[in-house]
Amino acid sequence: MSSYAPAVPPTVSPEPPAALTYVRDVAAVAGAEIRKLRHDPLELLTRAVQPILWLVVFGQVMARLRGVPTGGLPYLDFMAPGILAQSVLFIAIFYGIATIWDRDLGILQKLLVSPAARSALALGKALSSGVRALSQVVIVYLVAVLMHIHVHFQLANIAGVLALVVMGSALFSMFSVVIACIVRTRERFMGIGQILTMPLFFASNAIYPLSLMPAWLRALAAINPLSYQVDGLRTLMVVGGTSAFGLGMDFAVSLVGIAVFVALAAKLYPRMAA
Amino acid sequence: MPAIRTQGLVRRFGMLTAVDGVSIEVRQGEIFGLIGPNGAGKSTVIKILTTLLPPTSGQAWVAGFDVVTQAPLVRRRIGYVPQLLSADGTLTAYENLLLSAQLYHVPPRERERRIRDALGTIGLSDAAKTPVSHFSGGMVRSLEIAESTLHEPAVLFADEPTVGLDPVAHQAVWEHIRELQQRFGMMILVTTHDMEEADRQCDRVAVMHHGRVVIVGSPASLKAHVSPTASLNDAFLHFTGATLKQGGSYRELLRTRRTAHRLS
Repeated sequence: MSSYAPAVPPTVSPEPPAALTYVRDVAAVAGAEIRKLRHDPLELLTRAVQPILWLVVFGQVMARLRGVPTGGLPYLDFMAPGILAQSVLFIAIFYGIATIWDRDLGILQKLLVSPAARSALALGKALSSGVRALSQVVIVYLVAVLMHIHVHFQLANIAGVLALVVMGSALFSMFSVVIACIVRTRERFMGIGQILTMPLFFASNAIYPLSLMPAWLRALAAINPLSYQVDGLRTLMVVGGTSAFGLGMDFAVSLVGIAVFVALAAKLYPRMAA
Repeated sequence: MPAIRTQGLVRRFGMLTAVDGVSIEVRQGEIFGLIGPNGAGKSTVIKILTTLLPPTSGQAWVAGFDVVTQAPLVRRRIGYVPQLLSADGTLTAYENLLLSAQLYHVPPRERERRIRDALGTIGLSDAAKTPVSHFSGGMVRSLEIAESTLHEPAVLFADEPTVGLDPVAHQAVWEHIRELQQRFGMMILVTTHDMEEADRQCDRVAVMHHGRVVIVGSPASLKAHVSPTASLNDAFLHFTGATLKQGGSYRELLRTRRTAHRLS
């Protein structure tokens, strides 16, 4: 520190306990993001198209095959939770582009200069992405009911589905932010986003069970967080759905995944501002 | 205690030395200008002082705290208006101010009052509920300055705060800066390549060129050093020997133009 010691620092209002400040910071970031959503609700409608296509077109055709061992479930029932998880993934995986925009606009720099912890900024963004994803639940449930898919409507099941969807979106949005912080430009990011979505989807149990996969693919699917999302959703959402990993495992994988990617995003955020 | 002190600050990006041994000292309450052509290293100095970028070597203290080892303490005492437009266009003026008040840990009881005061100071009370994307460039800049001073910082950093603004907005922005400064007594560090602006607004300026501080002094003393009738621009050319060919990469030009475009 050399010879220069601070004399009397200028007065700053005393900070409340660190944990409370942290929670407030997370809520502040998430709150702002959710307010933005209110200003542009059209975005939510456009996101309805993809899951509807998958269920109505792909699902109905595949359901006629009757060749997929679904453990006794009608194929559409088997697939609906997979499509919910997929539509959440496909939106969240491009979340990083917003970080690049924020950097180009100077918004990210403003956040990073604030006293808020960087992981609180990341967690707030992750949560807001999770709240955005809830619209997908509404859409998929609506379509499912119209297609006579046997959906559980018990409160506990719905609460579990909502929690899993928020967590899944939080996890993949932070994965996306980590990639954005590494590649740093929109063009490179879009390329990588395209490359990632399909392997994550196909190397999962979203539209066919693990038992159908060759061993190497099954190994990949077992380390793919999307598989645990789908597994949990399938258990909670559709009548007769069973869990391959156990619900506890499904939730644990999501939580650990969020913790890892929020920590990484917090670590890499400053790279974006440099 | 000086508000800002740097000692042999160096920042390299690969082969490029953007900041090359900068040592400056700025007093509390001063409006201090960092002037120089694009690419002189001004923005990099600001990024180091605002804790966005660690220096390669050397040290810096802001409001009495080391920007590397005490970064969180520094962040609580500074405000920052980035060169780019940092107000969120998809939020209203009020929502932008609210987010800043929250993240800068303004006590919840004081939030509403400070936001109201800030909106009054910059003359945007009536536009509080308007999305910022409908604002003019001068309004956006004023809002950003209000945002960055809600927590009454000891030091405000403004990176090219008036680039791309028309003369009326230019003047309004400076009036707001001065008003806030008088109210909170904060020190303000601005970067600019507008010599007329630096001459009119700054108590002292540091001329930067190729990452180095060439000279520090009041605009009057710098001008007097060159000739009795010299402008600050003359003094600047005298001290830097700058020509059109030097300074500013294509990328920086693009960025400045883009900001200017969004402001107009």
